[in-house]
Amino acid sequence: MRDELEPRRCTRREWLRDCGIGLGSIALASLDAKDALAAGAGSARPPHFRARAKSVIHLFMNGGPSQIDLFDPKPMLVERNRQPIPESFTNGERFAFIKGTPKLLGSPFAFARHGRSGAEISELLPHTASIADELAIVRSVKTDQFNHAPAELFMNTGFARIGRPSLGSWLSYGIGSANADLPAFVVLLSGGGQPSGGYSCWGSGFLPTEHQGVVFRSGRDPVLFVNDPPDVARDSRRRGLDALRALNRRRLDTVRDPEIATRIAAYEMAFRMQTSAPELADLSTEPAAVLEEYGATPGEASFANNCVLARRMIERGVRFVQLYHRGWDSHGTGTHDDLLTSLRERCAQTDRACAALVRDLKRRGLLDETLVVWGGEFGRTPMNEERDGSQFLGRDHHPHAFTMWFAGGGVKRGITIGETDELGYFVVRDPVHVHDLHATLLHLLGLEHTRLTYRSQGRDFRLTDVHGEVFAPLLA
Amino acid sequence: MRLLAASLLIVVTSSASGDELIYDRDVRPVLAVHCLRCHSGPQAKAELRLDDRASLVGARGDSPAAVVPSAADASPLIERVRSTGDDRMPPKGPALDAAQIALLERWIDDGASFDALDANGHHWHWAYRPIARPAPPPVVRADWPRNDVDRFVLARIEAAGLEPAPEADRATLARRLALDLTGLPPTLEELDAFLADPRDDAYERYVDALLASPAYAEHLARTWLDLAHYADTHGYEKDGRRSMWPWRDAVIDAFDEDVPFDAFTRQQIAGDLQPDASATDRIATGFLRNTMINEEGGVDPEEYRVEAVADRLNTIGAVWLGSTLTCARCHDHKYDPFTQRDYFRLFAFLNQDEPDTVPTSHGSLAGGATETVPGPPAADGAATQASTLVMKKADTPRTTHVFAGGSFLSPTVAVDAGTPEFLPRPTGDGRDRAALAAWLTDPSNPLPPRVLANRLFGIALARPLVATLDDFGTQGDPPTHPELLDWLASEFVRDGWSVKRFLRLLVTSATYRQSSIADAATLDADPGNRLLARAQRVRVEAEVVRDVALSVGGILSRKRGGPSVFPPQPDGIWTMIYNDDRWVESAGEDRLRRGLYTFWRRTAPYPSFVTFDAPSRETCIATRPRSNTPLQALVLLNDPAFVEAQHALASRMLERADATDAQRIVHGFRRATSRVPDAVELDTLLDLLASERTAHPDAIEAPWRVVAGVLLNLDETITRS
Repeated sequence: MRDELEPRRCTRREWLRDCGIGLGSIALASLDAKDALAAGAGSARPPHFRARAKSVIHLFMNGGPSQIDLFDPKPMLVERNRQPIPESFTNGERFAFIKGTPKLLGSPFAFARHGRSGAEISELLPHTASIADELAIVRSVKTDQFNHAPAELFMNTGFARIGRPSLGSWLSYGIGSANADLPAFVVLLSGGGQPSGGYSCWGSGFLPTEHQGVVFRSGRDPVLFVNDPPDVARDSRRRGLDALRALNRRRLDTVRDPEIATRIAAYEMAFRMQTSAPELADLSTEPAAVLEEYGATPGEASFANNCVLARRMIERGVRFVQLYHRGWDSHGTGTHDDLLTSLRERCAQTDRACAALVRDLKRRGLLDETLVVWGGEFGRTPMNEERDGSQFLGRDHHPHAFTMWFAGGGVKRGITIGETDELGYFVVRDPVHVHDLHATLLHLLGLEHTRLTYRSQGRDFRLTDVHGEVFAPLLA
Repeated sequence: MRLLAASLLIVVTSSASGDELIYDRDVRPVLAVHCLRCHSGPQAKAELRLDDRASLVGARGDSPAAVVPSAADASPLIERVRSTGDDRMPPKGPALDAAQIALLERWIDDGASFDALDANGHHWHWAYRPIARPAPPPVVRADWPRNDVDRFVLARIEAAGLEPAPEADRATLARRLALDLTGLPPTLEELDAFLADPRDDAYERYVDALLASPAYAEHLARTWLDLAHYADTHGYEKDGRRSMWPWRDAVIDAFDEDVPFDAFTRQQIAGDLQPDASATDRIATGFLRNTMINEEGGVDPEEYRVEAVADRLNTIGAVWLGSTLTCARCHDHKYDPFTQRDYFRLFAFLNQDEPDTVPTSHGSLAGGATETVPGPPAADGAATQASTLVMKKADTPRTTHVFAGGSFLSPTVAVDAGTPEFLPRPTGDGRDRAALAAWLTDPSNPLPPRVLANRLFGIALARPLVATLDDFGTQGDPPTHPELLDWLASEFVRDGWSVKRFLRLLVTSATYRQSSIADAATLDADPGNRLLARAQRVRVEAEVVRDVALSVGGILSRKRGGPSVFPPQPDGIWTMIYNDDRWVESAGEDRLRRGLYTFWRRTAPYPSFVTFDAPSRETCIATRPRSNTPLQALVLLNDPAFVEAQHALASRMLERADATDAQRIVHGFRRATSRVPDAVELDTLLDLLASERTAHPDAIEAPWRVVAGVLLNLDETITRS
């Protein structure tokens, strides 16, 4: 089994040697052919078996959206609103902020059934409701972690502490990129900065760093330092790079270190990214109707803009686009984080663009091969948090049951899967642990999670560690 | 070539003494290929486990024992692997060959022992055996070695039928030495003085000058910061500021004074427990306080206290023991002899403490001033007083339990502090950090000298003898030169654990002085440079990339120590939701300090460092990867800090009075690479200059800035070669 992955594991240096590419030919041949090689992640590799999806857009609703107010209605909570939760649920539980015996909190929002599938979706998400028949809503996801940073790391890397590769970097390592001008794994941030877990959320852990997520920023510099300094003319840059290439090539001829060839190619790709990245990020070329549908405004830093960007990246062959939108941490300590004001705002910032993205991908024939994933790092409690006696409605972190939805490549359409108990506290049917989720996502991309391994510190690591089962009910 | 590759690997496995077969070393690898997939672990087929002696030699239900110790002929296992019928094992795949069957027979006839110790009571695995002091081997080219290191290296090269690379030219050596020992390129004055020094010992004098320079101490300290995972913030969600720079400065002082590494070890781990411990001794224990602190709501303090202790143990395991101790937290180590009990007995040494601080005014280089932490004011508007986190032994001893599954919520049996059974015992019976530090520096403990000698070898030669710096266990890489490693480890201890003298030994060797350019035969035979028949060519590390650029531009500040600084950084890097701390750019020379002084925020480290593979410093990192990416090109081309260096280099070239264009270019080229360009290289740059002048006829500086940009982006400029 190791043999299959051996070519991916070998260093570029060994690859050069074993593929019989003499060092002299590197120096002389056109470097363009080796650009993909230099980028490492930038060359596509075959999956283990036929892939159902070629790429992923992960809409990471950072902070933990309230499943009970969005996708998993609980009439009993409404009935027993403000009554103490039965102790059988909370014995031995630890909460981030709740103290004493918490009281149940019925959702203040109305639910209705939508689409032919009759999916139950909250009034806060009218646009998502309009694409209900495209969605597989899974109400039975669970995690091991109840604080943001560990839970984010767990959702991304399958491990609650830093140091493991993220899903996107595993994909970059496993199947590479289909575009040599752009990274295989791109991260977009909105809603106020980066997640608590920091850049480890898209880190490459022990995988080579070429596989880490590259943050595209909002505004003028979509990639750090992608723009030339103001006093450098583009033609000067090109002439400078030509001279640089000549000098580096001369050194390569003398020293015969293949790393020099890689560096030469990296400068050429950097030069192309200087064009491709700003072109990619320039939304002004999108038709007004498309921007309108997403609610996007060129030049703004917003989730809607990032959704348009995500589609543009998928069109250009980026393998994994991860959008973080912060602010779902609805504790209810004030209007900035309560249900009635803050959760409503968060939904308003994201709902329309999420739906537009799915529709847009479908219209362009991309949805069949693109998997869209929506969800946070954990869910929220069925109880009101009432931190320090707060009068604002809010819910604490909840790892035992939460909702995610999926659309596109290889997943069922128009279905609600999984079930929680009558309070929404625990999963009672079709549980999907984060490890199972990872196994399933890799499966959809044509990768067997037990075979996608990398040797570090003396053992073979994988995204799912020693766990994970493909979640069959989700598969189309 | 294949033969050579095989011979490189064989050296280690056959180095153990005698003919005795050891299950883990000799037998298990054969079984692993053919048998263990079905016959191991609790789910083993036919309940026969070939990884468990009791299962192997005991009857299972109606089945007789698979192995009869001392009677291979009577053992069904042998019968089955020899069979050519339907009952052959393994049922699928290739059969065992005659040599493998003979090995199994011999092992069974010898008693089918699973014992990991040989007849002398030494563990079979090379890293756990006592350190020998092998005699340097004989060599054919007796005139090549400059010291005993070279004899070990040359013997291997000659055995492979190859030749060492010729000595590199002097300018290359001057640059390589400066980068390896100080993390800076030589200034042209230093370079010219060395090139012009006619004395026989000019090389050694140059080395000694580098070792005596303040830049040496900063450079060595920087390597220590990754291991300690030093940072200026707590980590996790809130990632607030902390003041650990006095500890960092104390580390610089220690390398400057060449504090013997055994004493340094005792200070870092237990300085506070030394008799009459000073504030400086206590600050040294900040080493163990570089653990992260979670300030998030709802965290269980005990959970994070336990995590911090586990992190300290993990760090000590990697830094001194070269061992992946963490694997033994939840269960016995799967590959190495550490048991879970060993883990928690080691844990107990570190489990007796409580947090403490030393006021920052005691910072060794701070000149006695009391520092206030800049940044967001406290709620009452007052600036916060800073103090350095240090270790302190708690008044009440804490009982350590083995945690089932590694979880602090599942304590089981209580254990006393103690060291792993398979390693030499400590001399005293102490149970605190001081006792642990004493054991780590006890010459009978074979791991620390090997691990440290290997790490220093990696710093000096850019290619360690054991590639897995933090894993000397059975899953790590074996040493390329096991005898040299032992010789060096013993030499390091014999010479009083002096880091400076040890590095001097290494860099004055003929091995070190080789060219990085190898002939085709060597490249073919040894692409990974396992034989050290040439110098290793590697891109310098992130902070050094910065330091080189500023130094080549002539604008690097040489101010030493003090609070961490804030060089220019793009907007938006520090935007965090739970922390409104702001990056406020430093003024004056603090913008231009060495990379190791840059403020290190764990959740958002300095962007150009990240791009050049710097870690987040959340846990101990023994080896940084060395990537080579387009994003690095963009940093070198466009990061304002690097653009500033380009402009400065242009000024250095322009300010040469009465110089020709060619002379100016040669000057810049030498600043960047320490060598003179050849005619073709010079012409390339003169042509570029001419094109830029044509394109921008009115500009004086701009064409030179383009040239400077090329010089600072050369592969050679950021490479140790």
